[in-house]
Amino acid sequence: MHRYRFILFRPLQFIPVLFGISIITFVLVRLIPGDPARILLGTRATPTAIAKIRAQYGLDDPMWMQYLYFLKNLAAGEMGKSTLYKIDVLRLIATRIEPTLALVVMGVVLALLIAVPFAALSARRQGGLADHGVRLVSTAGIGFPSFWLGAMLILLFSIRLDWLPVSGYGETPVDKLQHLILPGLTIALSLSAVLTRSLRAGMIAGLSSDVATAARARGMPENTVFWRHVVPNALVPTVNLLAVNIGWLIGGTVVVESVFAVPGLGQLMVRGIFSRDYMVVQGVALTFAVATVLINFAADIITVALDPRIKL
Amino acid sequence: MTAPALSRRAPRWRAFLRRRTMLVAGLAILASFVLLALLAPWVAPSDPIFQDTTAKLLPPSLAHPMGTDNFGRDVLARVIWGARIDLQIAVIGVVFPFLIGTGVGTVAGFFGGWVDALFMRIIDVVLAFPFLVLMLSIITILGPGLGSFYIAMALVGWVSYARLIRAQILVLKTQDFAVAAQSLGFSRARIMFRHLLPNALAGSLVFVMSDAVLVLLNGAAISYLGLGVQPPLAEWGVMVAEAQGFITQAWWITLFPGLAIVTLAFGFSLTGDALADLLGVHE
Repeated sequence: MHRYRFILFRPLQFIPVLFGISIITFVLVRLIPGDPARILLGTRATPTAIAKIRAQYGLDDPMWMQYLYFLKNLAAGEMGKSTLYKIDVLRLIATRIEPTLALVVMGVVLALLIAVPFAALSARRQGGLADHGVRLVSTAGIGFPSFWLGAMLILLFSIRLDWLPVSGYGETPVDKLQHLILPGLTIALSLSAVLTRSLRAGMIAGLSSDVATAARARGMPENTVFWRHVVPNALVPTVNLLAVNIGWLIGGTVVVESVFAVPGLGQLMVRGIFSRDYMVVQGVALTFAVATVLINFAADIITVALDPRIKL
Repeated sequence: MTAPALSRRAPRWRAFLRRRTMLVAGLAILASFVLLALLAPWVAPSDPIFQDTTAKLLPPSLAHPMGTDNFGRDVLARVIWGARIDLQIAVIGVVFPFLIGTGVGTVAGFFGGWVDALFMRIIDVVLAFPFLVLMLSIITILGPGLGSFYIAMALVGWVSYARLIRAQILVLKTQDFAVAAQSLGFSRARIMFRHLLPNALAGSLVFVMSDAVLVLLNGAAISYLGLGVQPPLAEWGVMVAEAQGFITQAWWITLFPGLAIVTLAFGFSLTGDALADLLGVHE
């Protein structure tokens, strides 16, 4: 089990990164011009509320003390109050996680469903017409702006064909799923351009690997060799590629949620920016950063579990 | 690169021809956008913010090849003028991160020790944030606008270049020519910037092209969200945002600015891929 020992020690490396994240979010809010108490509470705060917040965040103390107060509040799950929604930021964020998470999962699943067949087509006929076509489309696909792609999908599937809802999220699970197809597809189309390139390279390497040659020597049909030996091996680096791109993927959900009015974290952040709801912006940024660190850690564990040769 | 015996690689001359085609096509796309931007006042059929109230939401026709928008503005004229702003976004949004990142990467890689360790930790923290989220947080403080976008871009974008250059410098500084330069008593600045850096740049020149795609998409997305370029300026992301409310009646206002982004991004990608092949760099 020594291959998994990193699970115990890796979290220690997170400590400086998490401190760094907290310092950046702290500094960002303090750089906003104006009285910090009014920034935390909004412009129409009462004097008693201001006095209370001054004590809670130590706003009359030196900057480094204020940072310690900030950490203490964070440790207690205290991220301040939203000036727009009038509730605790932590609770507000908790209600918005589900749509964003569902959107990311939907995007990744659809991206794999698109990327694997195209990469297979491309890798098995390397240098052929289909290969050139797939490579051209995946090169162009990286440059598709998600906000525009989303609008085009709405135009085609919601307005012309009337198959799917234009925007929003829905109430029941089935309803939610329907609402998530187009936003998920928007993310998936951009993501699959990246995945196809990596999968294709992995499959091409796999086709001439010893494993494939040995399987062919045992008389295994080429199709079985491909789907049983080549594809699973090509998928392992994809886990890591997804983790590396998770920041980009989250950025994508921020834009896509705005296009489709999905009530997730990204939409919450963008609205927060416009309504100067600074605690919300800070809370969402913090949540996204911590999620990124944790997802990278999870990806490392999955990679090690999938491939016995990898040691971290 | 040695090819395995059973490989199905295309003959060398075909690969060469393909690279040349890619490079020429990529550069041709980029050059035509630069020309459009420079010649906008002469090529555009009308003023990009001129509102013709008698010609609202007209579909594409000979008089208006890309139709008109809800204010009666000519979409083609706005797409052409938009090239000025979007090219500027891609160039300025890449240049500052490139300069800062290259400087930091060279110094960190050359000196090593605590300087290197400090910068590497800073880079780890910046990379922990999703790129767009950190950009948006900075723009929250600075207020919406193109200037804020450039500042945020410079503050966030340098990390990739710093990493790339640092890794190169670490390898290069142990090589014979660097040791020779050191034993000749050259100053550290001279060794860093005259000997090591020029050799480290090839990889980041390829990265510049793929980064330009990301910067262009980010700039347009931030403008789409209403936090970058402000209306009535003609910028492609802003145009898509303004058009979305009219998508049921007038698809052309949304379609054409988006196609402009896709084409320009494709130009950068093709050029980058071709350069990677020609310089033998693998990302």
